[in-house]
Amino acid sequence: MLNILKIAARNLVRFHRRTLLTSTLITLGIVAVLLFVATAGSFKAIMVGQFTDALLGHLQVHRKGYVASIDSLPLNLNMQPPLVEKVEQALKKMDAVEAYSKRIKLGAMFSNFTETTSVRINGVDPETEAATTPLMPGRVVEGNKEGPLLKRGEILIPTLLSRGMKVKVGDTVVLVATNRDGSVNGKTFAVRGIMESISGPSGKDGYIHIDDARELLRMKEPEVSEIAIRLKNAAQLDLVYAQLSKELTGIAGKGGGPGTPGTGNKGGGGGGGPGSGPEVHTWADLSPFSSIVRMIDLLAIFIKVMLVSIVLISVLNVMIMAVYERIREIGTISAIGTPPRRILSLFLTEGLLLGVGGAALGIAISLAVIYALNIWKITVAFGMQQNVVLSPAVSVVDVLTIAAMVVLMALLASLQPAWKASRMDPVTALGHV
Amino acid sequence: MTLIRGEHLTKTYRAGEMDVPAVKGVDFTIDAKSFVAFVGPSGSGKTSLLNMIGCLDHPTAGKLTVMDTDVGSLDRRAAANFRGQHIGFVFQDFNLIPVLTVYENIEYPLIMVQDWPEEKRRKQIMRLLDAVGMTAQAGKRPDQISGGQKQRVAVARALATDAQLVLADEPTANLDHDTAYRIIELMKKMRDEFGTTFVFSTHDSKIMDEAEVTFTLEDGRIHQPSPKAVLHA
Repeated sequence: MLNILKIAARNLVRFHRRTLLTSTLITLGIVAVLLFVATAGSFKAIMVGQFTDALLGHLQVHRKGYVASIDSLPLNLNMQPPLVEKVEQALKKMDAVEAYSKRIKLGAMFSNFTETTSVRINGVDPETEAATTPLMPGRVVEGNKEGPLLKRGEILIPTLLSRGMKVKVGDTVVLVATNRDGSVNGKTFAVRGIMESISGPSGKDGYIHIDDARELLRMKEPEVSEIAIRLKNAAQLDLVYAQLSKELTGIAGKGGGPGTPGTGNKGGGGGGGPGSGPEVHTWADLSPFSSIVRMIDLLAIFIKVMLVSIVLISVLNVMIMAVYERIREIGTISAIGTPPRRILSLFLTEGLLLGVGGAALGIAISLAVIYALNIWKITVAFGMQQNVVLSPAVSVVDVLTIAAMVVLMALLASLQPAWKASRMDPVTALGHV
Repeated sequence: MTLIRGEHLTKTYRAGEMDVPAVKGVDFTIDAKSFVAFVGPSGSGKTSLLNMIGCLDHPTAGKLTVMDTDVGSLDRRAAANFRGQHIGFVFQDFNLIPVLTVYENIEYPLIMVQDWPEEKRRKQIMRLLDAVGMTAQAGKRPDQISGGQKQRVAVARALATDAQLVLADEPTANLDHDTAYRIIELMKKMRDEFGTTFVFSTHDSKIMDEAEVTFTLEDGRIHQPSPKAVLHA
């Protein structure tokens, strides 16, 4: 094997221009793929992090059917205290859960005493909310950033509302909401801060204390619209989702209270009456931006396919040429009795070396560039956030997968020319001019 | 002792719709350790005959026995194996492997065709390098030595596996007369030293005189047997 390796390596050096060109193509292909994977992965992580750490959490639990009707923020699909308690019990048992926050979501009319507009309100517990969505306090661009996120009687309003309604920090505003029984109630709030939206200037979400929300809605029981969950390790999302869904199965019908049939796309509950049990959703189920993440993943696949094509075509081309130019040489080694399998191995090894060499060089350059990008700290703008620092990184699995893909493609591309060489008739080959 | 026996040996090539006979039912025997030349003009069938003896090609008809093996019945793999075990080749264009040194070219069949242990390999190569007078050039690549030196290396390579038969198709065609003569002398010396049978083809009359047995081929037939040739009528 060592001798085959030696001969193959020397043949590659012998046709050094062709080898250099092919290796360069493979190297550039790998650099392009790994840099894309690293930077797109970093961008994706930032984007996902913004949504999970500043808004949604990694997972959310709702009563079955709530998410299907989320646009209308249906109060009649809130989780009742017995159900909330059971969900909390399940969450407390799970080591992977770092924090969770109970929320009440409602639609309300927002008034500055001269104008009125609609607003979506999140009633949250400031402490658990900050623990569940740690980037949320950072979204407060004006106002009191010290102390707790909110106190009772205070409201955080989005920039859109602040500008449109000409409301400033410290102003008093009124929220008017209709509860599930149809009765209307109003409550005044002091504007504690102005919040920027994650996704752009169109956000219309305000935050008040959860107790204020219950008071505004005249809730007799501490109902909850959703429970946002933060995981210790976001990479365990699918695993925890599956575990939690399993844990919550069977809770349905035990304290869910009255409701409408559920149509959630990922029901973690079930077993009870329709709409009575809880269901679990990942952040991706709840955010339209998950399609961008999927698009980035698709793009990565597309670029990998391009790389495979580059490797396949360039190695195939170089190996076809290698066989064509060395027909007499093949005839000679065949004539002196070299077994066909050794001739096959010889050419396969040449292709393999091209792949391994190109892959090694490409990976080395990619890692160096990724290291440099991390030192230079490239910044991007995402949504309302400027100067978000990209931290490109590739996983060992990504590197190994791409290297294996390239080497495998190089071998596959060499197979046909190598097979042809091994089957060559020595008389014809020796007579080749 | 007969090493090679050809009986009514025929080789016909197919060129489009036409049959082109190259060897037309020849009979001959070649003894072991002999120094034999097939001579004749271009197209007389020398190369076709050598290709059949070397198991590179199959006879169309007749029987060819090399070292008691009916080589006409060998399939592709068996033929390659037979060549690797028993036959050495010397080519008109030397056909050394350009990426290997002189030493490595001689070593090639010992590694890639047979599987000799390193020490035995080294001894054999040094012995052959010495025998062909190429010890000083052992580390050079083929493009760093002359045509005559290349052919010496080719002879050494052909003998590396202790082949009983060396076939040389026009081994001197690309060499000047003096060098060609020295190569033939070298081959004869190798025959004496190693007891190998040498069969070569040539159209050079001065070179053919060096052969101990000469078969003259003309139009696919052995036309004028040399007095020294052992032929069957």
